[in-house]
Amino acid sequence: MLIEEKGGEVKKTNLGVLSAARQDQQNEVCALVFSVHPESCRGMLQRYGVDKIVAVKTPEPNLVSRPEDQAGALSLAIDEFKLDVLLGVASPAGKDMLARVASLRDAPLVLDCLEIDFSSGIIKKSHFSGRTTATLKLKGRPWILGVRPNIFPEIIAPREADVFTYLAPIQASKRLVIRETRQGAAGGLDLSEAEIIIAGGRAVGSADNFKILRDCASVLGAAVGASRAAVDAGFAAHAMQVGQTGKTVSPKLYLACGISGSIQHFAGMKTAKVIVAINNDPDAPIFNKCDYGLLGDLFEVVPALTKALGQSQLK
Amino acid sequence: MQIYVCIKHVPDTAANIRPLGGPAFDETVKFIINPYDEHALEQALRIREEKNGSEVIAVTAGKEAAMGTLRSALAMGADRGILIKTDTYFSDSLETSRLLKRAIELDGSPSLIFTGKQSVDTEGMQLPFRLAAFLDLPVVVDVVAFSMAGGVVTVEREGEGGVREVIEMTAPCVVGAAKGLNRPRCPTLPEMMKAKKKDIKIIERADLHIPLPHPTVEILELQAAPDRGRGVILKDRPENMVRELLHLLREEAQVL
Repeated sequence: MLIEEKGGEVKKTNLGVLSAARQDQQNEVCALVFSVHPESCRGMLQRYGVDKIVAVKTPEPNLVSRPEDQAGALSLAIDEFKLDVLLGVASPAGKDMLARVASLRDAPLVLDCLEIDFSSGIIKKSHFSGRTTATLKLKGRPWILGVRPNIFPEIIAPREADVFTYLAPIQASKRLVIRETRQGAAGGLDLSEAEIIIAGGRAVGSADNFKILRDCASVLGAAVGASRAAVDAGFAAHAMQVGQTGKTVSPKLYLACGISGSIQHFAGMKTAKVIVAINNDPDAPIFNKCDYGLLGDLFEVVPALTKALGQSQLK
Repeated sequence: MQIYVCIKHVPDTAANIRPLGGPAFDETVKFIINPYDEHALEQALRIREEKNGSEVIAVTAGKEAAMGTLRSALAMGADRGILIKTDTYFSDSLETSRLLKRAIELDGSPSLIFTGKQSVDTEGMQLPFRLAAFLDLPVVVDVVAFSMAGGVVTVEREGEGGVREVIEMTAPCVVGAAKGLNRPRCPTLPEMMKAKKKDIKIIERADLHIPLPHPTVEILELQAAPDRGRGVILKDRPENMVRELLHLLREEAQVL
């Protein structure tokens, strides 16, 4: 498994993917890390079932700014450690890297897997933006698979992990270089990995009004999302958009505020565990496809929710 | 310079997809140009407007019905189109990228290749990477900003939490457009009329003489994904609804 890192640490979303790898008791799980110090993450990784940790290096430093070389090094590691499957988190960065590795070796690739059967090579994933589920069969090895975040629960499965360093003989390619990484204006939690999302639609009315959602999000520990209508109206940044032409998310809890619930919006959030709709239109289609609906004005309901959450935290 | 834009003919994003057994589905629904590909095409057209003498060529692999989508691309402003005719709706991304590579190489010499960041039907997110690998070109997808100076292309890629990576790569290269890149133009009526006269080259798949590759991923079956039903709808004063909701989320759903 390719471990996704952020600021020198192992991201929490890796753990569910490790549990996906551990579903099959026969599997031996090898964690591939780039910049995280293998000893510093050893405790955490072996707790979630990792048998082996490999720190992948190349002769030239600064590998993270050269995705092509990173992919080349991963591909060599697959051969070196005789890996049958390369798993990763289907986050934007994970999808990019997995697709690069698969394209280097014409390997079968499925991103955003919802189910994996390691013995038969049968995978389930969404097609047509969640309107259908496709059953796929992989041909050839190694399989390169990106797992949708938050789909597999984290399961503790303690192991003893050995640590190795692998120096991949890669010559630095200069044709593609990441020059700079800028923090997003949103600066908040990543939508595709957030466990709770509170999202606003056109009914929020203005960019300023999104503050009531941000206030609620900070008490909930949630990320803030938006519908396409809210983004197109200029109320929210494109990076916040959930749906067909935005992000696909699978949080535990999705609160849709003033979102009517178009097919395109559902395409982005229908795999959420629980969907709550807050809307003052009793005919809003979202009420027919949610777990809980609150018929009321979002400008009253959301602040009431923020207040109630704040009070219960004080207790 | 020649700019190739790879487009895909896909069912409308609001269409009801009715599985018909195996990988088949009811294809009598309305089809459109894959939404991300419109952003790819728009960027190519903007570059042509800046650089005199450039040509924008829309390429697709698909059944004959994909001609309609090619015409839409021509109406938006592409100079001409290429259709690689296949007999099935779905094809493995490995095969599609081989077909596109061969068709592009036979047609001209690309300075840039644009694609959408993914298609909205199979949501594969593979084609730009595989096409770039076959052509031995650098590739970046999820692109929300593009500029080009000399032989260097600078793009911005949108990552987690709105983080933006500024990436430089040498041209020619493959660029996968995301929605934030631009606002695609709507064709005017005269442009739609003009598009009818533009050239579309039709290539039979067999004439490309590419041996049928072994597929890497086979679609065994499509199933309609069930929607959750109508939820528990609360209607009360805000404070009361919120109290009830928190109780349900904690005790029944156990997500808080």
